[in-house]
Order: sequence, then structure tokens, then C-alpha cells
Amino acid sequence: MSNTPSVSRSVAVTVNGTTYQRDVAARTLLVHFLRENLNLTGTHFGCDTGHCGSCTVIANGKLIKSCMMLAVQADGAQIETVEGLAEPDGSLSPLQQAFSDAHALQCGFCTPGLMLASKYLLEHNPNPTEEEIRRGIKGNLCRCTGYVNIVRAIQNIAADSAEKGDLVK
Amino acid sequence: MSTVFTDNKTDTIRWTGKSIPRKEDDRLLKGQGRFADDIRRHNEAHVYLLRSPYGHARIRSIDVSVANEAPGVIYILTGEEVAVLQKPFMEIAPPPGGLMEDYCLAVGKVHFMGEPVVAILAETEELGRDAADLIEIDYEPLPAVVDGQAALQAGAPLVHEEAGTNVVWHGVYDWGDIEGSIAKADKVVKIDRLHFHRFTSTPIECNAAVVEYYPGSGEYTFWCNNTMPQFAAMFMGPALGIPTDRLHFVTQDIGGSFGNKITTYVYLTICAILAKKSGRPVKWTEYRTDHILGGSHGNERTFSDIVVPVMADGTILGISAAAIDDAGAFPRYEPLGSVIWSQVVPNVYRFRDVRIDFTQVVTNKCPVGPNRGYSRLQHMWMVERVVDIVAQELHLDPVAVRKQNYILPEQMPYETPNGCVYDSGDYPRCLDMALELIDYPKWRERQQTARGTGKIIGIGIGSTLDSGTNNFGQARIINPQLPFSGNGEVSNVKLDLYGEVVVTIGTTPQGQGHETTAAQVVSDILGLHPDQVRVLIGHDNARNVYTGFSGTYASQFAVTGLGAVQGAAEKLRREIVQLAAGVLQADESEIALRDGSAFVQGQEERAIPFIGLANIVFANNATMPPGLDVSLNCTYTYRPPFKVPDVEKKFGNLTLTYSTQIHASVVEVDEETGQTTILDYAAVDDSGRLIHPQIVEGQVHGAAGLGIGAALYEALEYDEEGQLLTSNFYGYKAVTAIDVPMMKTAAIESPSPFSPNGAKGMGEGGGAPLHAICSALQDVMRQKSGAIIKDSYNPSERVYWLLQNAEKSRQGVSVEESGHGL
Ligand code: FES
Ligand code: FES
Repeated sequence: MSNTPSVSRSVAVTVNGTTYQRDVAARTLLVHFLRENLNLTGTHFGCDTGHCGSCTVIANGKLIKSCMMLAVQADGAQIETVEGLAEPDGSLSPLQQAFSDAHALQCGFCTPGLMLASKYLLEHNPNPTEEEIRRGIKGNLCRCTGYVNIVRAIQNIAADSAEKGDLVK
Repeated sequence: MSTVFTDNKTDTIRWTGKSIPRKEDDRLLKGQGRFADDIRRHNEAHVYLLRSPYGHARIRSIDVSVANEAPGVIYILTGEEVAVLQKPFMEIAPPPGGLMEDYCLAVGKVHFMGEPVVAILAETEELGRDAADLIEIDYEPLPAVVDGQAALQAGAPLVHEEAGTNVVWHGVYDWGDIEGSIAKADKVVKIDRLHFHRFTSTPIECNAAVVEYYPGSGEYTFWCNNTMPQFAAMFMGPALGIPTDRLHFVTQDIGGSFGNKITTYVYLTICAILAKKSGRPVKWTEYRTDHILGGSHGNERTFSDIVVPVMADGTILGISAAAIDDAGAFPRYEPLGSVIWSQVVPNVYRFRDVRIDFTQVVTNKCPVGPNRGYSRLQHMWMVERVVDIVAQELHLDPVAVRKQNYILPEQMPYETPNGCVYDSGDYPRCLDMALELIDYPKWRERQQTARGTGKIIGIGIGSTLDSGTNNFGQARIINPQLPFSGNGEVSNVKLDLYGEVVVTIGTTPQGQGHETTAAQVVSDILGLHPDQVRVLIGHDNARNVYTGFSGTYASQFAVTGLGAVQGAAEKLRREIVQLAAGVLQADESEIALRDGSAFVQGQEERAIPFIGLANIVFANNATMPPGLDVSLNCTYTYRPPFKVPDVEKKFGNLTLTYSTQIHASVVEVDEETGQTTILDYAAVDDSGRLIHPQIVEGQVHGAAGLGIGAALYEALEYDEEGQLLTSNFYGYKAVTAIDVPMMKTAAIESPSPFSPNGAKGMGEGGGAPLHAICSALQDVMRQKSGAIIKDSYNPSERVYWLLQNAEKSRQGVSVEESGHGL
């Protein structure tokens, strides 16, 4: 049937350092590939227009919305998702800890996307102003927090790493 | 956040009152939360819903023959079959609302854009959507009615012909003596119309469910994110013709609700029918566009013929008005909103004479449902508008008018004209604190210096209550036949086999931190660290305790949920003490608990750990001290002290606690564009005794964020044919981080004398930003030509229009010198 683009392709995608080889339908979105094929359900799906940001991941060093990319386009890519944020021993990374300390999450549904956006922001601008923080996360909707504590968490981590001089994890 | 404590905490209270790290955070931060769409069942099939593109149309025919042959299609369900398999859902309203027929799929005609018409079950969601493209539906478009007032006109299109009217419910609320007030007033302020717009909270997680049917027991399991499951069961059981205990709901992490996930029983019914038909687990995850089109909207309300008797000094004596509430196409949770507003009849003010002629209607729009601040925010917005308009028209200071009319702390507990009892609070102090946070005198000065710059500064106040812990008896004011009253939640606290403390509650938290706060309460009672308390969150009516009221809604967990946890933990403590006293051969009064052990005070070597106690009861009970009857498994149902309201007089205490939220906002309006920028924002809340100040502050932020969004950016707008123009995040401009300011917060604690822990329910917030921003815009207009803010939604284009059209906006607003009756 002409309108059922179900042709399957083979892709190899590296997520948080592990390479996965899978056959996927050509129209599978990256977000669904992560959630359904790899069972990495920390990346969420919250809209159908690319606005909510709950599917945000880092792909080849770029901050992207994984609902706006096909899995086949991610063939060969390096993807970072929320599941890769914690320290190797399972403890929270400084960024995750900052979110918890500042109570920057309530329901936690937007949180994975927001942490990836924050990570990307801080990697490119370790000392952002409040204005820059707000612009850096404006592609991520949160309905629970009014963004106040999210902005504070990012400010706190920025101040912390400025003091310690270490890279944001 | 600065918190002013009204009393000192005792030494034994180590955990409640502190902002300890949330137990929920670790899994959520690692992406290990389990949300409804994360649930997988072997061999699951997927539901795709084909929805109405029309606001109102007759369905002439549906042809699914081609789609039935499409790849991956398992079953296609239409309204024709639903009408045989399902009885119309029960209605809360008596006739005429009670006559309106509601099915899970459109039967015969569509009543709103986005109404589900065909459900396709397929091997994948994509194949279901492909098949939907092959379905032919012949619609005959009908004229739509999209406005509450228009719905009442003679000859208006009927949304439900079977009811013979668009009226769901009508009632006159009349307390005190409004005519007497009008006769004795110095002035009477009249406002022809105020309009509270339609918006919604749209949680970032849409609705979702996996539903499985077990033929052997006739049981359906719903892994879902419904936030009031036993309410859903009450509708679904009779509709499906099965006992409600065959409906097994399981919830875990929920990605926000704000009330919007209460009325999902319609969708769960579709899934249930498909699960039984197909013998497969069925999975449904709503698209955002579908959620905005067909989820749950907030109530739109139009107030007309507002008459306000006032004394020359600004004392408001009462309010008379007509209210038309637009419920959308089906009543569902409604018409409860038609009474729930009366929890806060005078808002925070002393006026005693009130008459509200309340009519709720259906229109060709998405059905409404509870939405943060539900039904009270519309009413309190009207009252706050009245206060600001009175102040402007009488040339009084809006801050002074508020203080002049506030109920005073020494009047607490205060009985309102309709018998609600405000438990405690200090409104003038909260207002002073809010003004201090924004540095009110500074902004009054800046207002002067800004004159002539093309920017106008406005300062506004929103005074509100967050009434919590409903008395469900108020439903009888709507329908005296309803067998509801009171409220309550139940909790079980037990020692598990190895002495672990495990807590279950019937609630459905969506970010409010129930795991954490329940653990705090239990830790204080059992002498533990919160890390030693395991709280199994989520509603599971096969595993956990629950009541008919169980769920998370209407600002009540701190009272009902934690009241139940406290009662159950105290019961368990008594049993532990009894058992330990028996084992340690001490008097019960000598036993203390610490760190998971019971010991004899002063002789700490005489101790037994909880694991030892659990061993005796669960695995070694021949060693039980004689004469003891303990289970270490304790359930307690918290029941607030309510009476059934007087249905005739519409009188009684409708909620147990009344938190205060007083907000102050400073805005700047660009005269050339009408653009409004928030320059400063403060929120002061009084939620009684705080269990976890940081969580409470987070709720204040969240409610303020959504309220600011609603005031300036978010509106669900329909055209005259019933087309929703803002059906996704392109059109529906959900606030982003650049739209909200870094708000300032402060809290005071006026403990509730009525709740088991001094806490008050909170979280909804009373819509204070809508009131505060409208108030600030009124302050802007006051400096120009006195335009009147008549709508709760004020995007740039409306503010610009108001700046240009003051005279038009003032039409219908007048001040009469003395009362001449209505
Ligand atoms: S799911 Fe909303 S932006 Fe990707
Ligand atoms: S924490 Fe719930 S949406 Fe952000």
C-alpha cells in the first residue's frame, strides 16, 4: 500500500556508549526507537509538533528533539540520553544532584529533556546569565514548576563548577 | 523563601516541617520513572482514534470495509456497536443535564471537534493510523453553538436533542439580603459583563493506558494515569454492565494532571471494549493534539448583570450576578463546578449579601473537567475584578479597598454567608508581605517617572483562597439524590516480614511528593529516618487500600492523605509498643522507638529491633506474649468532620481547610504594541503547618506559572463553526521559561484547627496570577483613560485594543449614586 511506508532498514546507533544494531521501519522516529526498540524509556514523548522538549537528547554533540528525527537518520550517530547522565557507580551527577537539591522537578516527566538541554547549555556556556539560561531551555516545556527552580538549579550548578573549575557532567 | 513560623516544633518532630530530599527524585532523574506509556505487555495491540473534524455534524454513514482489510488491523469499533455494548454513562445532574447521552464513541452525531468517532485496534499505532485514512465517513455539518450565552437563546442549535435544551443545570444561590444592601448602599456599581476564558493545564504527559481483560475472572486491568480511579469506576461499571470491582486500576508515576486526568474514563472504556473484543492487551497513548482537542478543558464562565452595593468608604456589601458556565459538549464531571465555586463565595472578603443566578450549559466544544483552581478561580476572579473596578470607579486605592474588606485574623474561624468555615489565616499580613517583596513604594514612584515614556507600569493584587478537602455532600446541592457526603482517604502502614516499614495510600501523586511527605510523617511517629520507610505510591485497588474518594485532586493530600498515614502509623506504633512491652517485660509507657528498634527508656540494652517483632508475628507466633492481639498491619481511614449540607438553603461547610494565596504583580505595558512584560512578581502563601516547605513552595511556583500563562498567553479559542484554533503547541502557547519571571515567595503558617496535623490542602492556588495580572492591567488603564479589564485573557492585541478603545470597554459599567433596587 502506497501510504504504508513500512520498509525496514538496518541501523546502528550508539546510545550512551553502547552500539545497538536494529532493523526498524523506515518511518520510526528516533524517540520511538529509543523507547520501543531499545527500551530506554527515560526519553519521553509529549507532543506531536516538536514543541514540548520532553524527547530532548544530544546527537553527535547537538541538542535535538528526538521526535523530529527518524531513527534511520540516526544511523551511525552518537546519542546521549538521560540514562547516561549518572556517574558510573550509579550516583547522581552534579547536574542531577543540582536538580534534586533545588527541587527542580515535580512530576519528573519533563526532567530528562530539561537535564539534557541544561547539560548542553552549560557545556557551551559554563556561566550563563539568567536570561541565557531561560533562552537555553525555552524549547522545553514544564507545566509543574513555573521554571523557577529549574533556572535556580542551573544557576547553582554553574556557580558550583565555576568555583571548582571542573567540567559539567 | 522566607517562612514565618507561628509556633515552635517539639523535639520529637524531627522530619515533618523540613525540606528533606525527595524520595521520588533519584529514579526520575535517572530516567527510571515508570509512566503509563512505559508499560509494556506481551502481545499488546495499539489503539488509534479517528476523531471528528467538525464541531457539530450528523454522521450519515461510516464505511470501514476497506480499512478492515488493511495490514495489521485487528478490530474496528464504531459508535453503532458501542450503542449496543455500552449503556450511556451515568450523569451527575438531574434532568435536563441528566438526560444527555454520553458514549465512549460518537453515536449518531458528533458534538465537538476532536470527539472520537472510530477506534482502530492494530498491530502498531502507525498501522492503525494508516487504516484510519481508509475509513470513509459521511458527515452532514450542523450549525454549532460555541458561546455560553448563545446556547441559551431561543432557537440555538441543541447539542443534545434528547435533553431538549442546552441547559445542564440551573440554580439560584441567595444568601443574606442583597436587596437590603442595595437599598442602604451609598453607591451601586454595575458591570454588564465579565468573561473568564477557556484554557487548560495540559500536563506534559498525555493520557495513556494499557488495558487487559481476563476472561476467567471477568476482570479488566488498567495500567493508566487516571488520577481519580474510583470516580472513573463509578461511571464505567454501570456503562459496561459489570460490577465495579472487576475494574482494576493501577497507577504509578504520573506526569502531571492538574485535574485534567480525572475524566479519562471515556477513553478507558474504549480500551476496555477493545481488550475484551480482541483478547489482546491494548495500549493507547494520546497525541498532544488529541489531548488539547479532546482531553479536558477548564470551565469558561461569563458573568453578567453584576451589581455591587458599596459604601462611600469602599466597604463592599455584597454582589449580585448571573453566571453562565460553558461545560463544552458533555457534562462528565459537571455540573459539580456549578456548586464547587460556592466554597469561596465571598473570597477573602467580609461582604454577606450575595445572589448568584447560576446556569451551566453545553456547547459544541471540548468537554470541561477539573483544572487547577477548578471552579473557584473563575468566581474569585470575578470578585477580584469587582474589587478593582469598584476602587477605580470610586477613586479609591485598590490596596486600601482590599484591606478595608478583608476578613480579619481575629474573626477566624469565620463562617461565610453560606456556612463555609474559614479555618484560619491572616490576609492583611500576607498582603503586606507580598507588597514588601515587590517593594511597593518603589514601584509607585517608578510609575510616576515612567509617565510619558511610552511604557506604563501597573501594580496589581490577586487575593485568593485555595479551598481543600471537599465535603462531597455539596454534590447534593446539584442533585439531592446523590448518595455522597464527606470525604476521606485510607492508608495502610505495616511492618513487613523483615521489619521494613511499608506504607500504601490510595492516592495518585503527579509530582506532589507523596512518597516523601508520607515518609516524613511515619518517621516522626515510628522514630525512623525517612530512608527507612518505603512508600508504595499509586492507586492499585487490587493491592492497596482505597476509598471512593481516593486520588489526588482538589488540594487535599496534606489533610486527607497524611491524616490517614498519621492514623495508620499511630495504630502501628501502639501495636509495636504493646508487643515490645510484652517481649521486654516492661510497661508500655516505658517503651520508646528509635532507628527501627523498640527499647526500654533509660535501659537501652533492653531492646528489640523491628525485624524481631515482625518475626514474632509473622513467622514465630508461638512465642507471642500471651493475651496480645497484634497484626503489625494497620489500616486507618481518615474522615474529616463534615455534615451533610442543607440542600434547600445551599448552606453548609463545603471544604475543611482554606489556604491563602496573595500575589502581587508589577507589569509594564508598551503603549505602541500592547505588549505586557512582568517586571516583578511575589506570591505569599499560608498553607497552615508546612510538612515540606520546599514542596509547598514548588506548588506555589507551578500554580503561578500556569496562571501567568493563562493570563497572557494561553487560550482555547474556537471559531463559530466549532473549530478549535489552538489545538497544539503551535497554537496553544504554553508558557516557556522566557515568559515567566523569577517570582519571589514567602509563607506564613496559620495552623488549621480542623485538620489532623495543622496542615491545609494546597497546590491549586486559586488562580491568583490571573487576578493579579488583570489587576495590574487595570492599574495601567487607570492611568490612561480608565478602560475596564473585562476578560481574564489579555494578550498584547487585547491590551492594545483597550488602550485605544477605553470608551467602548467602559460601556455597561456605571456607578449609581444610591440604591434603587435591582
Ligand atoms: S515529543 Fe514534544 S518535542 Fe519531541
Ligand atoms: S516537572 Fe512536571 S512537567 Fe516539569
